[in-house]
Amino acid sequence: MRDVERVVLILDVNGEARQLLVPSHKTLLEVLREDMQLTGTKHGCELGECGTCTVLIDGKPQLSCLLLPIQLEGRAITTIEGMANGSDLHPLQVAFAELGAAQCGYCTPGILLAARSLLEENPRPTRDEIREALAGNLCRCTGYTKILQAVELAAERLR
Amino acid sequence: MAAELGPRAMFVAGGTDLFPKLKRRQFEVDSLIGLDFLPRAIRNRSDECVIDAGVTLAHASHDPHLNERFSGYAQAAGHVSSPPLRNAGTIGGNLCVDTRCNYYDMTYEWRKAAGFCLKKDGDICLVAPSSPRCWAVSSSDTAPMAIALDGLVTLVGASGERELPVTALYRDDGDRYMAKQPDEVVTCLRLRRSLNTRSAYVKLRRRGSIDFPIAGAAVAVELDGDRVESCRIVLSAVASYPLEAKAAEEFLKGRRLQEDVIREAAEIASKPAKPLDNADLSHFWRKRMVRVVVEQALARVSDQQPGLDG
Amino acid sequence: MRVVGKPLPKVDAAAKVTGRALYADDIALPRTLHCKILRSPHPHARILSIDTAAAKRIPGVLAVITGLDLPIKFGILPVTQDERALEHEKVRYVGDPIAAVAATEEEIAAAACDAIEVEYEVLEPVMSIEAALQTPKDERIQDYGGPNNVHKLVALEFGDVEGGFSRADHVREDVFFFQGNTHLPMEQHSAIATYVDGKVTLWSSTQVVHYVHRALSKVLELPMHRIRVIGAAHGGGFGGKTDPFAHEIIVSKLAMITGRPVKCTLTREEVFYAHRGRHPVLMWVRTGVTRDGRITAMHFRSALDGGAYGSYGVASTFYTGALQTVTYDIPAYRFEGCRVFTNKPPCGPKRGHGTPQPRFALELHLEKIAHDIGLDPVELKRRNFVQPNTRTVNWLRVTSCGLEECTDRVINASRFHDRERRPGHGMGFAISSYLSGAGTAIYWNDMPHSEVQIKVDRGGVTAYCGAMEIGQGSDSVLATIVAEELGLQPSDIRLVTADTDTTPIDLGSYSSRVTFMAGNAALEAARKMRALLVEAVEASGRRIDDVTFEEASMLAEARFGTLTTAGSYTPPKIAGPYKGSGVGPSPAYSYSACVVDVDADARTGLIRVNKVWIAHDVGRAINPLLVEGQVEGSVYMGLGEALMEEQAFRKGLHKWPSMLEYKSPTFLDMPEIETFIVETIDPEGPYGAKEAGQGPLLPVPPAVCAAVHDALGVWIDEIPVTPEKVVEAVRRKEKGEPARYGPQRFPPIPYPPTIKVEPPPKDAAITAI
Ligand SMILES: Cc1cc2nc3c(=O)[nH]c(=O)nc-3n(C[C@H](O)[C@H](O)[C@H](O)COP(=O)(O)OP(=O)(O)OC[C@H]3O[C@@H](n4cnc5c(N)ncnc54)[C@H](O)[C@@H]3O)c2cc1C
Ligand code: SF4
Ligand code: FES
Ligand code: FES
Repeated sequence: MRDVERVVLILDVNGEARQLLVPSHKTLLEVLREDMQLTGTKHGCELGECGTCTVLIDGKPQLSCLLLPIQLEGRAITTIEGMANGSDLHPLQVAFAELGAAQCGYCTPGILLAARSLLEENPRPTRDEIREALAGNLCRCTGYTKILQAVELAAERLR
Repeated sequence: MAAELGPRAMFVAGGTDLFPKLKRRQFEVDSLIGLDFLPRAIRNRSDECVIDAGVTLAHASHDPHLNERFSGYAQAAGHVSSPPLRNAGTIGGNLCVDTRCNYYDMTYEWRKAAGFCLKKDGDICLVAPSSPRCWAVSSSDTAPMAIALDGLVTLVGASGERELPVTALYRDDGDRYMAKQPDEVVTCLRLRRSLNTRSAYVKLRRRGSIDFPIAGAAVAVELDGDRVESCRIVLSAVASYPLEAKAAEEFLKGRRLQEDVIREAAEIASKPAKPLDNADLSHFWRKRMVRVVVEQALARVSDQQPGLDG
Repeated sequence: MRVVGKPLPKVDAAAKVTGRALYADDIALPRTLHCKILRSPHPHARILSIDTAAAKRIPGVLAVITGLDLPIKFGILPVTQDERALEHEKVRYVGDPIAAVAATEEEIAAAACDAIEVEYEVLEPVMSIEAALQTPKDERIQDYGGPNNVHKLVALEFGDVEGGFSRADHVREDVFFFQGNTHLPMEQHSAIATYVDGKVTLWSSTQVVHYVHRALSKVLELPMHRIRVIGAAHGGGFGGKTDPFAHEIIVSKLAMITGRPVKCTLTREEVFYAHRGRHPVLMWVRTGVTRDGRITAMHFRSALDGGAYGSYGVASTFYTGALQTVTYDIPAYRFEGCRVFTNKPPCGPKRGHGTPQPRFALELHLEKIAHDIGLDPVELKRRNFVQPNTRTVNWLRVTSCGLEECTDRVINASRFHDRERRPGHGMGFAISSYLSGAGTAIYWNDMPHSEVQIKVDRGGVTAYCGAMEIGQGSDSVLATIVAEELGLQPSDIRLVTADTDTTPIDLGSYSSRVTFMAGNAALEAARKMRALLVEAVEASGRRIDDVTFEEASMLAEARFGTLTTAGSYTPPKIAGPYKGSGVGPSPAYSYSACVVDVDADARTGLIRVNKVWIAHDVGRAINPLLVEGQVEGSVYMGLGEALMEEQAFRKGLHKWPSMLEYKSPTFLDMPEIETFIVETIDPEGPYGAKEAGQGPLLPVPPAVCAAVHDALGVWIDEIPVTPEKVVEAVRRKEKGEPARYGPQRFPPIPYPPTIKVEPPPKDAAITAI
């Protein structure tokens, strides 16, 4: 085996500056899950095809399976673990729980983050705008209906 | 720098095309050269718009000026894959995106089981075994539109800077699909058309999101009154390069964009398209659909009706 | 009722919306090794030699194993123990596991797999039903079954079928094909094992901890008490995690060898190879009806493409013939079924297990008959609806049945009979039924199918059950039932589930059995606990309603000592008196009806689904939110299967083992769904509840096809309905050929002599036999 090149990085994850020594080719997904124990970020393909690994970079959803941490120093990374305020859940999290928008819950972290980014930009999205914004995130359980309702409910409560 | 690092170095911008391919071992590289240092602005001038290669697809698709003046381009950028991918993918990367083939965009293990093909590790084409070349499909959404809008790209490499039409970036070869030098970086794209240019992009894909185009039409038209003064029609995903429908462009010159004319132009435009059995759905159907997407794009510029996805 | 019937959040919702739920791949134990599996690149080949020496020499590699280390065969059904965790003699599909590596890093394990040398003798692959029925060029895929690559044949006749046909005024035959597709759970399968003090512990993303437990015991040659299987948080199954899998056995073995935790998470491509998804099924059906549309007899044939191994295939084969009679009153019925082996990943149970395919054929077939005799299809179907509290001709016991009400709901809400008539617009209607749990276990035994224990002490209430929460809400149902009986909220109940060391048995999350069976077991345990509390409170001279739960539990603990109760559920013995009657019986059937509204473009063949109305008879909705969620998810999966999902092969390989090319509908591809819950209060379900997770998928594909016919006047007799098929059917119609796309013929199959079964007497008791 070739020696893997390791790099020292400081990443801003959920508002905390974290110093890491990681192989330079590891993706953000892997670093979050394996080096930072932030296993709330899930994966379904690791090829950019399903949206499960979505995290926020400077508030915008991106696919952590296609990002290299070395490109992300100085950027604000938000994962599902950073969504609640202490033990107070974000209104989107509350709405997802109340309306049954998470069944197996595996797609949920990515969808919650993408929805949060949407509501920050557009507090009154139409149903079609929500569909557009979440169209990169697949869910196999819910048929999306309850997710749409939950985003609408959270949007209403956030206003 | 790329020239020094040799052939096993590659540029990476958003990485949305490159990383999946590296994971599938479609490329083997020793080093990656990040292009994060490239500027990321959209500069609007009275007669043109200059988009830095580092601009993300999301940024381009939301830019108000692009939407107003070069709406087809904004549409094309906004139809690439999915929202989270567009937040990372760049317009430079989209111009250079690798050609696709469903014998090639597979993992190493799958390709090994299928038998390697000449685009990577092998020596025959699995789609057209009797042919000496690779027929992988140009699958960029924005490149055809950039060509239709007479776009120019700026390349910077070891031997200096040059500007050339976007068309000149591509070759009719699925394997070595780019005509630029490997060490040349695309730094910006310049779109120029007069104020009365209308443009539209219609993309065909199985799902409303995530999917690559399986046919597409980029159309830019300049009208003189109600007649076509000039126009460009460029097809996506039906050849190894963005395929310009020259005969249809000729045909439209001087004509009114009315229903029968559009239908005939679309018919002519679809002739040179030769999809093969290496993308989603059957190539017969895709061939048939070329006419439809061209019609819809032309109809959209003539304000007659919305397109497939409009 | 206080909590039953209320739209309360799932008890695990908080863990799931915060990212705290630990799925198998999230479990990180110290010193964990990574496992990678080397898989076959050939669809069919004999293995001549495997050389692992080079792989073993790679630094960081701790163990390399092959089939010689795990030679014992296993399989989910006792009659088809035909799988090995690793094959060392023969590979049967691209992706068949051959060797496995445990290494300190994933990349090292992958490199070691690359370094393993395997010599093959390549054999002719068999890739279709037709090919499997022919004499094999080289050799058969499996060495049992037959003739040729036939795996299983069945032929049953109930009642006088010939007589029925001769009474008919109209007889029609049709051929249909339902393409295979896969579950595509968002979570890739994953398992992690440890070996400490001579005991294996496995955490896995499985739907069936108990069956995995049994298979591990057999293959590892360890007694069951030295193995513990724990269901980790589950990222979606849909039937795809209902078999014991190679990787689960492999990590356990590697943990035993290395003494360190070993984890294996399948790549997405490997998930496509694990498969066990929907069988591709070719079907032929012949039905006789009277002038007024009453069915007189039906003859149904199916041919299933089973892939390379048995899996649930024998049951799947019977299921393609079993439930036709549960929706329609068919007085005479003949079923011939056949499953073949092919060199593809094994098929198995996907949502609806073996029944969506015949449901598709049956509903469309009746639709066509209605057209033939000039009757409204809804009316024709209604005239044949099965009635509550009856026995079908194949001895299935029907109790509660909400077909009429489900049909009324969707027909009225969609204004089906006043639908808009514009070019390209159409609506289609279909119904279905599904089991609330299979009436028989997978291996024959007389023990309960589900057991629940409840413990009450100063700390509160804990319920223990082997049931596996896979997102469907089984934990919430257990908590709700216990809470209802004890006067608490579901969130007050602590749950310990799906852990073979600490929980009593439940057979698993398959065949929609959990609410019905674990629910009944929980109800029994909770009622016993409540009786103890009541007795203790009353002994103290007070009434249960006047004391708090804490007071009651302290009085009871003081009186009785440790407070534990248990309940169990064994389904009634209601199977008919014939071989094969074990597949089909269920203590209760759910019913659904659905209307789909589409716009279809004759020129492009593109179909846009505008809306779906669906009504589902769930008996009683213990939690309506969960029921709606199951129904909506079923509609989603049904639409995916109807329009785009396809497990397709080319040159012996899976054509597109990726989430990009295997098309699963996105947010932008899903129409609005209007869901109606119909409650019929089943006499045997807990509080009257029946199933919701599978039945509502079934009517969706035929309703889509009926709608396309309504829109364009063409029949698409093959799933999925892709635009190219629609265009071709329209072309044929325009040329004056039959306006149809679909299989032309059903191959000759060497069915055995038909076993004739007397139908049950008209007044057969519906409670038990
Ligand atoms: C699931 C999925 C779906 C997709 N769907 C679509 C789609 O619908 N339409 C579509 O067009 N694309 C699609 N893509 C491909 C890709 O994401 C986009 O084309 C994207 O725009 C690529 O940009 P990037 O910045 O990420 O490129 P990168 O991945 O960084 O680079 C792509 C290629 O271009 C080269 N390159 C990048 N920037 C430059 C530059 N400035 N100068 C010279 N060379 C450069 C790289 O070396 C590499 O060869 C999809 C990808 C995935 C994974
Ligand atoms: S077109 Fe032929 S050579 Fe090119 S990638 Fe596909 S199979 Fe390979
Ligand atoms: S894991 Fe599927 S997009 Fe990243
Ligand atoms: S809730 Fe299971 S995938 Fe979305």
